[in-house]
Amino acid sequence: MAKNGAARDDARPQGALKGSAVRRSPAKKADELDRLIHERLRLGIVSALAVNDSLSFSDLKKLMSTTDGNLSVHARKLEEAEYIACTKSFEGRMPKTQYRLTAAGRRALERYLDHMEALIRATRDR
Amino acid sequence: MRMTSVRPLRPTPSRDTPALHLRAMDNLAFIRNTMEAAGAFTAVSGWGMVAIGVLAIIVASVAAEQKTATAALSIWLALAVLSPAIMIWAMVQKARAAKMPLLSGPGRKFVLSFSPPMAVGALLTLVLFRAGLMEAIPGVWLLLYGTAVVAGGAFSVKIVPVMGLCFMAAGVVALFAPVMWAPFILGAAFGGLHIGFGIPIARRHGG
Repeated sequence: MAKNGAARDDARPQGALKGSAVRRSPAKKADELDRLIHERLRLGIVSALAVNDSLSFSDLKKLMSTTDGNLSVHARKLEEAEYIACTKSFEGRMPKTQYRLTAAGRRALERYLDHMEALIRATRDR
Repeated sequence: MRMTSVRPLRPTPSRDTPALHLRAMDNLAFIRNTMEAAGAFTAVSGWGMVAIGVLAIIVASVAAEQKTATAALSIWLALAVLSPAIMIWAMVQKARAAKMPLLSGPGRKFVLSFSPPMAVGALLTLVLFRAGLMEAIPGVWLLLYGTAVVAGGAFSVKIVPVMGLCFMAAGVVALFAPVMWAPFILGAAFGGLHIGFGIPIARRHGG
């Protein structure tokens, strides 16, 4: 019986356990991170946009010291998740791509910061 | 007789704990560095500067009423001791509000660059006081404080080193202007420049 009970508990999602936030190990917390913005370049894009109304593609490229292709790929992933919004326009004849952080993106960054803080706290408390 | 294995009540800490802790710190530092580099966040507290500026104006008016230069100097020295405490408290509050570690990357560089000119300023104050060159102290203070802000501000948003340059300019004026002007320039610079630059830093750069 006890074995079955344990099996049921194992099957239950961690978040449903009473006081699970306290019991969960730092390793478990790390697993729950938003993988989308955990990647360095994407985290950089979101962080830079969090403190600016908007940034152009070239601003971000210079800031992140990366290539056009790399930035495009990662920005596209954030766009698909609706963490950032992209506006394309022309400045004279030159195309201009402007990015801004969406409300969902800002929430995701805040959640990520909370996660990092919780991880540091959890490891300090041990 | 066989004994069953005993499981400890408290499991031993997993080996990944320190690494996770360090990685989390590193990630927070990366976010902060990126925000600083993106030009809209600085560890320097604008409201802390406003508080120091207001205090400097009060100190300047009290120091002006003193009968001896030594008494006026001691009042300014009290502000010199109090100001870093106010600024550190304000910077800690700002870093907490932004959920950023205070002494990571740019914050640490700021402190390391800011401190040497301030230490030189403290030493020169003693030398000038002993030599009886009290009238040179306001100019030296402004020049070295400006130098410290320019050096520290090199790792921060543009407005911070600009403020440092203004302090240096005020220092040059204090050194070459008539001696009677020096205390007024000191008050106007420490009060006016801190308030004048502190408000836009607080509004535009995170507090």
